[in-house]
This record gives sequence, C-alpha cells and structure tokens, in this order.
Amino acid sequence: MRATTNELFSTLADPTRRAIFERLCRDGEQTVRALTDRAGVSQPAVSKHLGVLKHAGLVRDRRAGRQTHYTAQPQGLAPLIDWMSLYGAFWRERFDRLEALLNRMDQ
Amino acid sequence: MTKPAAATRSIVIEREMPHPPERVWRALTQGALIEEWLMENDFQPVVDHRFNFRATPMPHWNGVVDCQVLVVEPNQRLSYSWNASSEEATGGLKTVVTWTLTPTKGGVLVRMEQSGFRPEDEANYQGANYGWQRFIGGLERVAAGLG
Repeated sequence: MRATTNELFSTLADPTRRAIFERLCRDGEQTVRALTDRAGVSQPAVSKHLGVLKHAGLVRDRRAGRQTHYTAQPQGLAPLIDWMSLYGAFWRERFDRLEALLNRMDQ
Repeated sequence: MTKPAAATRSIVIEREMPHPPERVWRALTQGALIEEWLMENDFQPVVDHRFNFRATPMPHWNGVVDCQVLVVEPNQRLSYSWNASSEEATGGLKTVVTWTLTPTKGGVLVRMEQSGFRPEDEANYQGANYGWQRFIGGLERVAAGLG
C-alpha cells in the first residue's frame, strides 16, 4: 500500500501523531504503553493515532505476547519528497537574484 | 536487447534579460559574483575542475553540492555536474546543470536546464538521512492549505 501525498500530509498534520512518529524515528521500536507514558493522552487515543500512522505506511507493528511494538517507517515519507518541485522553486528564486545582481552590475 | 535506462526528467527555466551576454557570463562564472545570487563556492571556469556549492542546510539537503565543470564556452554555454555531496550520496541526486546564453534583440535569453532527475531519486529517499524532522515541522502549515 502506498499512501497518497494528501493522506501523508493530513496524517502528520496532527501534532500528537507527529510527536509519536518523531519519537519512534528517534528512539526506535516502542510499545504502546511506553508511547502512552510520554504522549500526554490516553492509551486508546495513542492506539488510534498509531492506527492512522500505520494506514499511512509510516509505522509497522509487531505483536509480542500482550504487547504491540511499533517501529517507524520513515521511507513512508518518500511521496512527499519531490526534488523536481523543490529545485524548480529554488532556481526561480535564484533567477530573480541573478537579475538583481545584473542590474547592480549595470550601474 | 537491454532495457533502456529509466527516463530521466529535467527542469528548464528560461528568462530573457536586458543585459549583454558577457555580463551574464561574468555573473555565472566569477566565484564572488556567483555567491551573490546562488551560493558560496570555489568555482573556476576550467573544464574538469571539481568544486562545491555550500548553502545553509535545508530539509532533505545538507547544503553541500558536489560539482565538476563539464563545459566552458565563454559567453555561450556553461555546464557542471550537480550531485548530492558524499555525506548523503547514497541514493542522492546525480544531475547536470547547463547554462545556455543566446543573444536576443533586447539582451540575452538565459536558459538553465537541470537534467538527470531519476524516478528513483524520490524512491531512494531515506528519511533519517535527510533531516525530515525539520521538514515535517512545516507540514502543519501546508496541510492547513489543503483544506
């Protein structure tokens, strides 16, 4: 499954969900309980956020006994990385600066 | 039959500027002038010269570009490779930037083509290596714009 760009944006737009994702990226695999201890929201709320993250392809889960462990899948962000549009905007801005410089050189 | 390499894509930006080609050429090839509009650099207009562009790091980019001069045709054409720097070269960009100056009645047509964007440049993205943390900091704003 590959999430759409819109789905990724809306998934990560929620600050609590983003914090959970960032924590998984930074600290590696975590249980729901460990994430709840730090999230400042209830365990059902954390589980719901994790479900949304999983649906978007940003985390995967692994059951071990009574615990579910979650791991970040940062490569799930790939659809957001559009080098073409990044560089397109970059060069247009640089063209403006080049023209400004040429005008200064004219004086 | 071997399969042809996956098609690459290019960015092309063209703008006519009311300046003589020689002036534009100086802005494209003199290090101090390049820095004023593009980036800090150790460029030399010498074929095969290796150099870097350095800028403030931004999302997905450490701010360093590895380059090598490919073509120097004064007042007409300048080309250099534009690659992800070694620290993040795995799966990074391998592109070529070519400047073409064509005299016009009112000045010069400046054409920039950055070629060699491969489909896998996006697929090879490895989140942790490209400073995505800073990037997603801006997502809230972008997402708000999506309605």
